[in-house]
Amino acid sequence: MSFTIDVNGIPRSVDVDGDTPLLWVLRDVLGMTGTKFGCGMALCGACTVHLDSAAVRSCITTVDSIGEGKVTTIEAIGGTSAGAKVQRAWLEHEVPQCGYCQSGQIMSASALLADKPHPTDADIDDAMSGNICRCGTYVRIREAIKLAAGSQVKER
Amino acid sequence: MTSDRKASDATVALSRRSFLVKTALAGGGLVLGLSLPIGESRSSSAETFEPNAFIRIGRDGQVVLTMPYVEMGQGTYTSIPMLIAEELEVGLEQVRLEHAPPNEKLYANPLLGVQATGNSNAIRGAWKPLREAGATARIMLIEAASRRWGVGAGHCRAEAGEVVHTPSGRRLNYGELAVEAAMIPPPAKVVLKNADEFKLIGTPARRLDVSGKVNGSALYGIDARPPGLKFATLAQSPVFGGRLKKVDDSAAMAIKGVRQIVRLDDAVAVVADHMGAAKKGLAALRIEWEDGRHAGLSTRDIARELEDATLKAGPVAQDIGDAAKALAGAATRVQASYHLPFLAHATMEPMNCTVHFRGHECEIWVGTQAIARVQAMAAKAAGLPPDKVTVHNHLIGGGFGRRLEADGAVRAVEIARQVDGPVKVVWTREEDIQHDMYRPYWVDRIEAGLDESGRPVAWSNRFAGSSVIARWLPPAFRNGLDPDTTEGAIDLVYSLPNFHVEYVRVEPPGIPTAFWRSVGPSHNVFVTESFIDELAAAAKQDAVAYRRALLDHNPRAKAVLELAAEKAGWGTPLPQGRGRGVALQNVFGSHLAQVAEVEVAKDGSVRVHRVVCAMDCGIVVNPDTVQAQIQSGVMFGVTAALYGEITLKSGRVEQANFDTYQMLRIDQAPSIEVYLVKSAEPPGGMGEAGTSGIVPAVANAVFAATGRRLRKMPIDPDTLKT
Ligand code: FES
Ligand code: FES
Repeated sequence: MSFTIDVNGIPRSVDVDGDTPLLWVLRDVLGMTGTKFGCGMALCGACTVHLDSAAVRSCITTVDSIGEGKVTTIEAIGGTSAGAKVQRAWLEHEVPQCGYCQSGQIMSASALLADKPHPTDADIDDAMSGNICRCGTYVRIREAIKLAAGSQVKER
Repeated sequence: MTSDRKASDATVALSRRSFLVKTALAGGGLVLGLSLPIGESRSSSAETFEPNAFIRIGRDGQVVLTMPYVEMGQGTYTSIPMLIAEELEVGLEQVRLEHAPPNEKLYANPLLGVQATGNSNAIRGAWKPLREAGATARIMLIEAASRRWGVGAGHCRAEAGEVVHTPSGRRLNYGELAVEAAMIPPPAKVVLKNADEFKLIGTPARRLDVSGKVNGSALYGIDARPPGLKFATLAQSPVFGGRLKKVDDSAAMAIKGVRQIVRLDDAVAVVADHMGAAKKGLAALRIEWEDGRHAGLSTRDIARELEDATLKAGPVAQDIGDAAKALAGAATRVQASYHLPFLAHATMEPMNCTVHFRGHECEIWVGTQAIARVQAMAAKAAGLPPDKVTVHNHLIGGGFGRRLEADGAVRAVEIARQVDGPVKVVWTREEDIQHDMYRPYWVDRIEAGLDESGRPVAWSNRFAGSSVIARWLPPAFRNGLDPDTTEGAIDLVYSLPNFHVEYVRVEPPGIPTAFWRSVGPSHNVFVTESFIDELAAAAKQDAVAYRRALLDHNPRAKAVLELAAEKAGWGTPLPQGRGRGVALQNVFGSHLAQVAEVEVAKDGSVRVHRVVCAMDCGIVVNPDTVQAQIQSGVMFGVTAALYGEITLKSGRVEQANFDTYQMLRIDQAPSIEVYLVKSAEPPGGMGEAGTSGIVPAVANAVFAATGRRLRKMPIDPDTLKT
């Protein structure tokens, strides 16, 4: 089957089975490797992208379920205001260690901030507990989300 | 310069894109970041100055540093350049980095003797040689400038990538001196800076590898995409050592995008146009396995074998005084036995390797902690000499010891030999967890004697388990012992006048073992720090005071213990159900004290609220990295204490994905405070220390909260229900 999906504002046509997870369409068919594979079962969040403005796990989102929805990936999240703030805060706090989970963390965090500009700790727990970081960068993730939610990134 | 260099040129070429990016921070600050993977090596010529394998300076003034250690998130791509740049007198923003090619002669880790990144020893191994490399180059550059100017070298100095003639203020940058410096004989001896002269070392440097990790551009092994790439995933015999009997692939081959089924002796792989089709194809295969002789194996069998092994004598790892006699004469005797489980690594980036096998040569794309090992083992699997195997190293999505092994590359080569064109073999998470190489299971039998005042007068420990070193680095396994397996069990920080430790090597059947964010200390520190806590309890003394009384000869250990206790508010009251536990260790050349504060709920579940760490890791190269590594190690250890356990049933690993092999998540993560003690000692490692100490600190805190002693990990909430 051929599907045309909107990825980062560009219509992309792919010829795959309809039950193919979006993750593999992005990574393998379209060559957009910023979105990562971690578990394939919506357990780790590494594959998080935005579908319209919601954070979804692309490993269980089939390509035939996307329809007119707009997909945003880590490659383009810097073009949104929440995404840009999150990326700056991530750099400022040097959140990434191995970095492998961080595309997903940033996608979850920017969806959170777009929805709740001033999240509480409980909001952060809620939005981010689906994203595993094996390197244990949780302390800095929390700080960076708070920094991004504040008005300005601290100058150094 | 040499043929080594040329060989490396071919192998380091990773990407056509390699550039410095300027990342604007709000407020106008500019940070120079490296977009990784970094080095595309240019061919060297007489135009460049290459005083050693780590430094290359071109006529354009570009300083290129070759990184002997791999970046796994531990910040080594920032701290290693700091060592060189400190003595070379260049700013970090003036250097460009390259991954080292496989070459054990040039890039072996001095502490391991092989080219590998592990055992928290990158900084420890590099501390002297890489500063010397920088100083050597600086002296040659100064000499070149002084000859050009016809002045004495003593009147010249180096700063910020230039040589300056101090009296006249004349300057030449390194690029202008590269050609002449290359003709200067290297100095026989260099004098390194004293700690108080450091400009870079000890300052919080921005990490050089971070910018690509926030926008999806950083490339890991799993992101390699050579032209014409196919995608494969695999199933390996669920019982270790089993064989593939039969596979019916008719349904799989009918799936759109599936191209080929590859059969190996003990595995089967589906090759497809994308991983989605490969996974679907794998699920559609009907596979029959020949389970082989481990079909009935369970973890209990292995534990029992290890328990039995601790009843027989083993090689003596350390013997001080006369423990047997002192035990016999002790006022009180305390005995315990501890069990630690098999653990999987579960790196976030699942195992993967891309291979293009062309018959007479083979090209490999992978992220590895041990590139020379991958090259050697892949060559064997490919039936080629090593120089026909090119390995492109990448960023690593978590190492923790898993990527010190080459099994994934060997597997990928076996598959690629049957595939036309390049193929990327990606393991599912289930395959990654069920065919890991595991942190060994351990059993310890330990006994101590106390005098009337409760002070330990005898300590005797015998433990049994696998030696990873014996397989991985056989020359380091001597007389039945190796330095990793015993680290943390011997040379304790405490004064123990009669002390005896034996290790019995037992390789478990049917399950492979490997390094796991350390091996020895991750086990030994749990045992020794749990047991010293038991002794304090037996003596009815405070856990911190008891330890401190044994540290009169060890001021570094005493200082971190006191600092951690003070910062944690040791001794101040806590609400019902909460407790504090402490652990103290000197491993990987660093002293670390940790205090954990936990809460045990009525249902027995344990929550770690707060962790306070005080560390003396010698001279701190990059304080920010130390903080990050300790935080990381603590989360890794808390994960192990709360959830970590791999079990075998009918020869199969029972855990499969993050639902059955759980990870700590942000909503359960403790707050962590790290305090560094200023020190002039050589730097110690810190990538693993945070992990080994936190497990006993948590267990001791559970004891403080509930009175239940935990002698087996992970914590079983059922035993803590009230
Ligand atoms: S890969 Fe999708 S949640 Fe883990
Ligand atoms: S930074 Fe390594 S898994 Fe999160």
